[in-house]
Amino acid sequence: MADLFFYAFATFTVVCAAAMVGLKNTVSSALALLLCLVGVAGIFILLDAFLLAALMVFVYAGAVVALFLFIIMLLDAQGGNRKPFKKTAYVSGGISFALLTVGVLSFWKHGAQTTGELGAIVPVGSTLKNYGEQLFTTYLLPVQIVGFLLLIAMLGVIVLSKKFEDLEDIK
Amino acid sequence: MTVGLNHYLLLSALLFAIGFFGVLLRKNTLVIYMCLELMLVAATVALVAFSRYNNTMAGNVFVFFILTVAAAEVAVGLAIIVALFRRRQTIQVEDLNALKN
Repeated sequence: MADLFFYAFATFTVVCAAAMVGLKNTVSSALALLLCLVGVAGIFILLDAFLLAALMVFVYAGAVVALFLFIIMLLDAQGGNRKPFKKTAYVSGGISFALLTVGVLSFWKHGAQTTGELGAIVPVGSTLKNYGEQLFTTYLLPVQIVGFLLLIAMLGVIVLSKKFEDLEDIK
Repeated sequence: MTVGLNHYLLLSALLFAIGFFGVLLRKNTLVIYMCLELMLVAATVALVAFSRYNNTMAGNVFVFFILTVAAAEVAVGLAIIVALFRRRQTIQVEDLNALKN
């Protein structure tokens, strides 16, 4: 049953990700990203990381995608006519496609040899208590640093959204 | 076939590859940015899967930090894109060639 759910969520996620890259309209791309993130949240639930699944929906699907949609509609910058790719772009695209295919397939061939027998173990990532314990003991310094990073990001955004009148134009 | 760690890693690699090609193929800065987010999410899938199959907390907590950094990154990146649009009236990457030559 869990396998069926995995295949369903994985297919859904990959299809939505491909739709995000493929769709011409920027708003449709953002909505496809939203669906893709919901699919990833489902995958997290299958991996017993319930808190992370909830955070995925709140932070990514809620805040980040909403911010993206807000900016897309604010700027109203649609695709327009796009120039065709150069020959070098085709060559590099082909090479990177080949390398990525080999990389993805090597996961399949030489990946970890774990089987799916996990029913007996109580998953450590499923309880909220473990997260709190880890975040406030082992990872206390990273938590502080990340909080500081958020403060810096907030200040950066405020500074960036100021108008710079005296800056000469770079055309 | 039972779903194991390999399946999750394959899904993660696929998502990463799709995001990578989005970055390469798309010309709209906002879509490129969304594809970067997708690549981050692909990495988190791998981390959570490793964490689950080794029954440790390290990967889960790392995903926590990735989420925070991604949120900060999106805020700053979108502010840069808005500032860019105000100055140049475009966000298509082929028009943003001030640093070329």
